[in-house]
Amino acid sequence: MNGNEKERKSLTMDATTENLYQALGFVDEQLEQMECSPAVQMRIDLVVEELFVNVAHYAYAPETGSVTISIETEGDSKAVVISMEDSGVPYDPLAKEDPDVTLAAQDRQIGGLGIFMIKKNVDDIHYERKDGKNILTFKKFI
Amino acid sequence: MKIEKKTDGTKLTVALQGRLDTMTAPELDKEFHESLDGVTELVVDLAELEYISSAGLRVLLSAQKVMNKQGSMVVKNVNEQIMEVFEVTGFSDILTIE
Repeated sequence: MNGNEKERKSLTMDATTENLYQALGFVDEQLEQMECSPAVQMRIDLVVEELFVNVAHYAYAPETGSVTISIETEGDSKAVVISMEDSGVPYDPLAKEDPDVTLAAQDRQIGGLGIFMIKKNVDDIHYERKDGKNILTFKKFI
Repeated sequence: MKIEKKTDGTKLTVALQGRLDTMTAPELDKEFHESLDGVTELVVDLAELEYISSAGLRVLLSAQKVMNKQGSMVVKNVNEQIMEVFEVTGFSDILTIE
């Protein structure tokens, strides 16, 4: 990989939680080639896990469908762009309101944290509904 | 993930090793459901924990809620990366971290 050359790899699999490690493994493999630090890798893994599990739980329920993860890297810009596509019901997880993270344990809802963690761990993220697909794309500097 | 339990009277220490994520969080949840009866002091040792996602946070939160009613809970040996997750999510204020 030289200069400004873009490289894009993608993997399609069934959107089931059983495939989570396959999805993370695919992403980690690319990140390791970029010599991404463990701290940043963990943040990216967190985001991928939340997005993937979201699709696995809700996109096709109660059926199963597929999800495609793509990772795009640029030779000399230290950033990755990762996107996740499914053909399930239209759903923009980013539209959800953030939980109140200042509440005490007794008042905190169990859950609702995933999307919040996603937003906190990316440099840019957007949702698109295109050709019957949900496409979430995020960028992270490494 | 590996879960190691040590009981000393009504004190329970649970040491976690590996990843606390969507796949492994249910194991820990089950462990807490089965073990917290009668426990007044819960220590969660995260020295060997490498990764935690929101699924893991949910389990810690529900354990904290149980322990608020029957005693205390302390989380110890939190590494820098896990601590960052706690801070971002406000968990550093909810949990007692030593």
